Amino acid sequence: MVDFLFYLFALITLLGAGSVVLSNNPVNAAMLLIVSFVGTASLFVMLGAYFLAAVQLAVYAGAVIVLFLFIVMLLNVEAAEKVKPKWITISAGLIAGLLMVLGTLKLFKRGDGLTMATLSEVEPVGATTKSFGIELFTTYMLPFQVAGVLLLIAMLGVIFISNRTSKRKEAA
Amino acid sequence: MTIGLNEFLVVSGLLFTIGFVGILVRRNTLIVFMCLEMMLNGVNLALVSFSRYNGTMDGNLLVFFIITVAAAEVAVGLAIIVALFRKRQTVYVQELNGLKN
Repeated sequence: MVDFLFYLFALITLLGAGSVVLSNNPVNAAMLLIVSFVGTASLFVMLGAYFLAAVQLAVYAGAVIVLFLFIVMLLNVEAAEKVKPKWITISAGLIAGLLMVLGTLKLFKRGDGLTMATLSEVEPVGATTKSFGIELFTTYMLPFQVAGVLLLIAMLGVIFISNRTSKRKEAA
Repeated sequence: MTIGLNEFLVVSGLLFTIGFVGILVRRNTLIVFMCLEMMLNGVNLALVSFSRYNGTMDGNLLVFFIITVAAAEVAVGLAIIVALFRKRQTVYVQELNGLKN
């Protein structure tokens, strides 16, 4: 049963991701990206990281996708991609992807006869919200505060960028 | 149950690869940006599974910070795309060749 769920979630994640690359319409791509993110969140749940699964759904599938859809609406770009990529770009991308797939599959089929412990044999870390809070406010106190400052700076930067361009447009 | 660390790492590697190919092949800046998020997701999946198998919380915490930084990055990147669109009226990578020659 757990095996079946793993393969189902992996399939959802990878199919969603693949359709994002293949879709022509940015709105469809954003919707398919939600599918991929939800699949990743389910894999997080399988790994016992419940808090991260919730954060993934709230931040990625919620905030980031809404931001993407908002920008697609603002820009009002045409649905179909009018510029086709050159064949050399496509072939270079496919060769690079093929190399990475081969490297990943090499990892899967290791010939040294070692077997990995299955998921049920390993004790869960206990990545609960409480232990997250304890770690964040003791060991990771400095990175936590730096992340807060980073978010503030990002907000200021976004306001600065949007303000400057709108002023220039009025002056022109 | 036969699912181990390798299976999770293969899924994360394939997710990273799909995002990578998307960044190389697609011409629309918005979709390139979505593929970037996909690559970050693949790395997150690898970190969480390593953390689970290592028996420590550190990988989980790193993923938490990666998600924070990714949210900030998306906000700034999309603001830059909007500014670029206002200036050049395009979101296609091939038409943004102001540094050519």
